[in-house]
Amino acid sequence: MKEEKTQVADIDRSLYDFRYEEDERDYLGSGITADIIKEISDEKGDADWMREFRLKSMEIYNKTPMVEWGPSIEGLDIDNIVTYIRTKSRMNTDWNDVPDDIKNTFEKLGIPQAERESLAGVGAQYDSELVYHNVRKEVAESGVVYTDLESAMHDERYAEMIHTHFMKLVPPTDHKFAALHGAVWSGGSFVYVPKGVRLEIPLQSYFRLNAKGAGQFEHTLIILEEDSYLHFIEGCSAPKYYEAGLHAGCVELYVGKNATLRYSTIENWSKNMYNLNTKRALVDEGGKIEWVSGSFGSHVSYLYPMSILNGRGARAEFTGITFAGEGQNLDTGAKIVHNAPDTSSYMNTKSISKSGGISTFRSAVTVNEKAAGSKSAVSCESLMLDRISRSDTIPVMDIRTDKADVGHEAKIGRISDETVFYLMSRGLSEEEAKAMIVRGFADNVSKELPLEYAVEMNNLIGLEMKGSIG
Amino acid sequence: MSQLLEIKDLTAGVEEKELLHSVSLTVGAGETHVLMGPNGAGKSTLGSVIMGSPEYAVSGGRLFFEGEDITDDSADKRAKRGIFLSFQNPVEIAGVTLSEFLRNALEQVTGKHLKLWDFKKKLRSCMEILGMDASYADRDLNVGFSGGEKKKAEILQLLVLEPKLAILDETDSGLDVDAVKTVSAGIDEYKKRTGGSLIVITHNTKILEALRVDKTHILAAGQIAAEGGAELVDEVITNGFEKYIKGGK
Repeated sequence: MKEEKTQVADIDRSLYDFRYEEDERDYLGSGITADIIKEISDEKGDADWMREFRLKSMEIYNKTPMVEWGPSIEGLDIDNIVTYIRTKSRMNTDWNDVPDDIKNTFEKLGIPQAERESLAGVGAQYDSELVYHNVRKEVAESGVVYTDLESAMHDERYAEMIHTHFMKLVPPTDHKFAALHGAVWSGGSFVYVPKGVRLEIPLQSYFRLNAKGAGQFEHTLIILEEDSYLHFIEGCSAPKYYEAGLHAGCVELYVGKNATLRYSTIENWSKNMYNLNTKRALVDEGGKIEWVSGSFGSHVSYLYPMSILNGRGARAEFTGITFAGEGQNLDTGAKIVHNAPDTSSYMNTKSISKSGGISTFRSAVTVNEKAAGSKSAVSCESLMLDRISRSDTIPVMDIRTDKADVGHEAKIGRISDETVFYLMSRGLSEEEAKAMIVRGFADNVSKELPLEYAVEMNNLIGLEMKGSIG
Repeated sequence: MSQLLEIKDLTAGVEEKELLHSVSLTVGAGETHVLMGPNGAGKSTLGSVIMGSPEYAVSGGRLFFEGEDITDDSADKRAKRGIFLSFQNPVEIAGVTLSEFLRNALEQVTGKHLKLWDFKKKLRSCMEILGMDASYADRDLNVGFSGGEKKKAEILQLLVLEPKLAILDETDSGLDVDAVKTVSAGIDEYKKRTGGSLIVITHNTKILEALRVDKTHILAAGQIAAEGGAELVDEVITNGFEKYIKGGK
């Protein structure tokens, strides 16, 4: 199998921009029709409710108008996106059984090493299906379920649980791409943490798009019972292509009473990708959701993880960073809904734009009548590295009780020449000086990440900063 | 003795405004020079121009360091050659610790990778000389530092980086008596260890007490108005700059 390296004009992304050739006949077809939906259902052996769900979602999709309030997605030709690609291999739990080309891709991404080191299990998505999946024994013994969603749906122990939770937080009526997701979703992870189980080691999944023009519609469903703890890490990177690629995944998180879920993501899509991802968490009494989110790649992103604080004292924390370089328009942020008394939320985001990149931060905080005694603090800082880049902040607040404490703070800045000179006078080149300032700016996000991800993020910043001079 | 720094007919300024007019100055290896002058005379500008600040454009004259023309070198290249500037107002950089920054800088100027353990040892010993609490190493660079702490941090960098020429831009200003003593001790230690050269921009003698001054330059209205030995410092302290402003031309 021939390895192709894609041409990289702007910066050296060769570490991330590699792919293997796909066999043409694996494509199931382009565009979205009832026939395709049925074929997907047949292929997957969907239960009746899922067959109906997919078709209904497709109808909603066809009726719902295109998103028009954010960055342009005109370049996205939805009918030409191959919605589903069968993977050559089935699920594997032994690394030795994973086919070589797939293994090579993973090895370049460092997956096996990561697994050997400290990670509890790997659910990596190759194209549309999971090919490698292994949960360490002790994790399984604690009663934690970590598997791919499709297998779980066919397991009678979880089928009902999935039926009652699947796309209940993010219904297909939510927006056009949620409907598309409901119709063609494929692959993704299912995690169930029983009552009182606190998993100290994080679970990790690594998503990756590999076929030209392929869309990826993975679904992540995580359910935490009372008093449990989980750290889930989702990492994404994709090869670079000249045809538009689409990612319309969906993440649904159910955080039970007094449970805590930490959900970390580094997204590093190739720079022609449209990342229209929907993430949502429902938090019960005394529970807590902690989001850590790094958005690097993609051509256009729409990403606003939502936390619904549904029980007394529920909490949400969102720490995010967005880096928009040349040709990128990243529209990111977070939404919080305070739906119960004494709930609290804290949002801390940083955005960086350079070489004409546009980063827009949107926050939406809703405090309902029932949410007396709630607190919310939003802080966002942006850094523009040159005069042609852009950074916008759009905070929205909807406060329906006078017994709430809500604050918002925004700072927009540029790298000062004086600061660059100071660092250069100590021997750092202009590029290194700027990279150091940007790393410092991103530091509070790096600190929230597990070590190897923090290292990867620092490397990404270094890569993005290359060629930023002159 | 070969010259370390040679400034020849240097003219520099910002956009349309010329701030330094044909300044010439020579510093030999191991020498200590004092640069004095009234406010706005161009002392800090001269320091910044020697360091290679992009804020100022050189419109005439040349700068030589160890015999090589550095007029067109960027600041980082000059730092690598061994020039250091202690800033009057050091900048704050959030998210970058003093230790991480200084280790990076040291690797840049020496071009050698340094083991973390060895660096920490060196850093700790330098901090002790300046009476700095070890916790400062892990604090963000200059963020939340008092004026005195920032100046100490500059001298700490001087001790760690060991340049051949250090320009100290009013490192003593705004410091209390004890802090001036500490900073002076640091500068003294730098001289002892490296035998490096100094250009001290200052308004008072406290910081000079421990140093043997070789030469004094008076800068007024962007020009060298007078030059002399150590005695010129005392003369200026007693009589002020008045005569240089009036008759300095």
